[in-house]
Amino acid sequence: MSSKRIALRNARLIDPESGLDARGGLLIENGRIADVGPRLFNDADPSDPEVIDCGGLVLAPGLIDMRVSTGEPGSEYRETLESASNAAAAGGVTTMVVMPNTDPVIDEPSLVDFIKRRAAATARVRVVPMAALTQGLCGDVMTEIGLLREAGAVAFTDPDRTIASARVMRRCLAYAGTFNALVVGHAEDPELSGNAAMNEGEFATRLGIPAAPAMAETIIVERDIRLVELTGARYHFGQISCSAALEAIKAAKARGLPITCGVSAHHLTLNELDVGAYFTFRKVKPPLRSEADRNAMVEGVAAGDIDVIVSSHDPQAADTKRQPFAQAAFGVVGLETLLPAALTVYHNGRASLLDVLRTMTIAPAQLLGLDGGALRKGSPADLVLFDPDASFKVAADRLHSRARNTPFEERRFEGRVKMTFVGGEKVFG
Amino acid sequence: MSGAADEPILQTGHLLGIDALSVPEIESLLTLAERYVALNRAPEKKQNVLRGRTLINLFFESSTRTQSSFELAGKRLGADVLNMAVKNSSVSKGETLIDTATTLNAMRPDILVVRHQDSGAAELLSRKVDCCVVNAGDGAHEHPTQALLDALTIKRRRGSFEGLLVAICGDIAHSRVARSNIHLLSKMGARVRLIAPRTLLPADADRLGVEISTDMRKGLEGVDIVMMLRLQLERMGGAFIPSAREYFHFYGLDREKLNCAKPGALVMHPGPMNRGVEIDSDIADDVEVSLIREQVEMGLAIRMAVLDALARGLPREGRNAA
Repeated sequence: MSSKRIALRNARLIDPESGLDARGGLLIENGRIADVGPRLFNDADPSDPEVIDCGGLVLAPGLIDMRVSTGEPGSEYRETLESASNAAAAGGVTTMVVMPNTDPVIDEPSLVDFIKRRAAATARVRVVPMAALTQGLCGDVMTEIGLLREAGAVAFTDPDRTIASARVMRRCLAYAGTFNALVVGHAEDPELSGNAAMNEGEFATRLGIPAAPAMAETIIVERDIRLVELTGARYHFGQISCSAALEAIKAAKARGLPITCGVSAHHLTLNELDVGAYFTFRKVKPPLRSEADRNAMVEGVAAGDIDVIVSSHDPQAADTKRQPFAQAAFGVVGLETLLPAALTVYHNGRASLLDVLRTMTIAPAQLLGLDGGALRKGSPADLVLFDPDASFKVAADRLHSRARNTPFEERRFEGRVKMTFVGGEKVFG
Repeated sequence: MSGAADEPILQTGHLLGIDALSVPEIESLLTLAERYVALNRAPEKKQNVLRGRTLINLFFESSTRTQSSFELAGKRLGADVLNMAVKNSSVSKGETLIDTATTLNAMRPDILVVRHQDSGAAELLSRKVDCCVVNAGDGAHEHPTQALLDALTIKRRRGSFEGLLVAICGDIAHSRVARSNIHLLSKMGARVRLIAPRTLLPADADRLGVEISTDMRKGLEGVDIVMMLRLQLERMGGAFIPSAREYFHFYGLDREKLNCAKPGALVMHPGPMNRGVEIDSDIADDVEVSLIREQVEMGLAIRMAVLDALARGLPREGRNAA
């Protein structure tokens, strides 16, 4: 952490925790936010050694991306914690929550420790690991949730697999509830979805691609809601993608169940038609859905029913993507496009900047028990300075990620990151 | 025994569970057992209470300590004791429980001590035979003599149950010992607190009139007696808890966790122990806090008291007269 003082003046401060959206300043000291507020540095120029004039751009808490895969350990050729952290810094993401589906799977306390130490040694942003919910992601035998939690795992998930057995899932939830641990679930009935590569419907029929109905997601969402009712565990649906699943979650929340959900930036911005001519960079899990479903996701964010927006960053090398659609790997890179893709909800007039940013700052921080996600005195100085209106075109060859599988190539977005701070250190800009 | 040897103690001719016992029945059994403790410590231990009577130990689940405890109790009271080796019997050839009961009944035993893996088996047998039935453990239902011997151990140390806080820790869900102890301790005026991960707590446990805690350190606060339960090996494989090491870390009784209980708190375990899984050897072997060996001694006295009590209800001229 830096011990120096940096004064940020003339910023548009946006803090979803306090609801602040006003012109003001912020003082960094010893890696933390020493002072922040609308009147700070307005009248007198700060006398600090380093002063940054923000030019009226948005200064917000650094983004927390709750769903990031890297290839470390096991397939570093796809992405390392270091290369992912470069992409994160460029995208204004100051905390990456990394998934346990590596090789080996993060299902053992010493591996949680490995991730933390590798990240501390190589990554430019904060890295917090989730651990597997079942050993080896086998869907059968629960992991040492208590010991993993003590080692630093912030939540428990088999990231892209549904635990098929309701009996196993019930016990995992009951056991996690013992430690008040957060379980992050993936909703896709494995029997019903089978080897599907995209969303079932007219377009998949025309393309002749094996497909699964959105119902495969809704069935598991509804099952897991009932299991939460039975066990009382804290449960977060990592990414939902269809309207019916959202309706079920809204109803569960209304009944007071401890359930939350997330959505991927690409499910807010793309639909099944974007698969186009077998474009494998838009093959994702869960698949891109209908336009009505996409619209429901946007509405869910606007209404606050969807708690978190994630990138679902999942770097894939060309060899696994340059394949016939059905055989190609799932996944897209997204750390660098998370903010502008999420901001489309704001630019389309559906939600305020405060509401959009909440899903990537204080909301995930509170779910995971992280100390950050807010412009709060004493909090870590993890910050993003961005121009919400600056437009740019996504170019895969200019990404900082080691992998290039962006679904947004050539897409024009508004919202450019100017600077990123982690613990008071400038890591981008 | 002298004095009140003829006073009836049990209202029914069986001991199937604690749930059905009244407080006076429990108190009488404990008082009678006190006398057998003294007797067992004397050089001459043989009694005539069950002379001419036949006791059959019918154990469908293997057990060393309970079976030998009943065997010795019967012999000390003068009974003829038969241990049925179920593994070599017609039971393993597919005979139903009721057929076995009918066969045994034809041998005209006076007392049948039964342990079975299924809840309700002792109750079923009691309806099909003419003799007294003692439940030595049925499934996850009851193990009344274990709860009685635990009560005797506590009573001798603490004098009374009133106001005591007893924690029962571990695999409550599958434990007949826990259920019998919950009934007995609650009836006698003690507070009971269950401590376990949620996967090892039975459904609606809070409806049993007990307190619940899933955090052992917090749960042990203010506790006078810590009762540990045995964790069956088959529960450790990831279905109910992820591993023995995690279980020991959060729910194994070691010095540090015991220090969360009331100073002077005592530790009990029905045995056999899994050292390093539910209990640290450091605690198990500490004679200052561990009552585990004492429990075994009380077990024999309790079983003698139970057999004595049941014998009082038997026909005087022997069953053949009937």
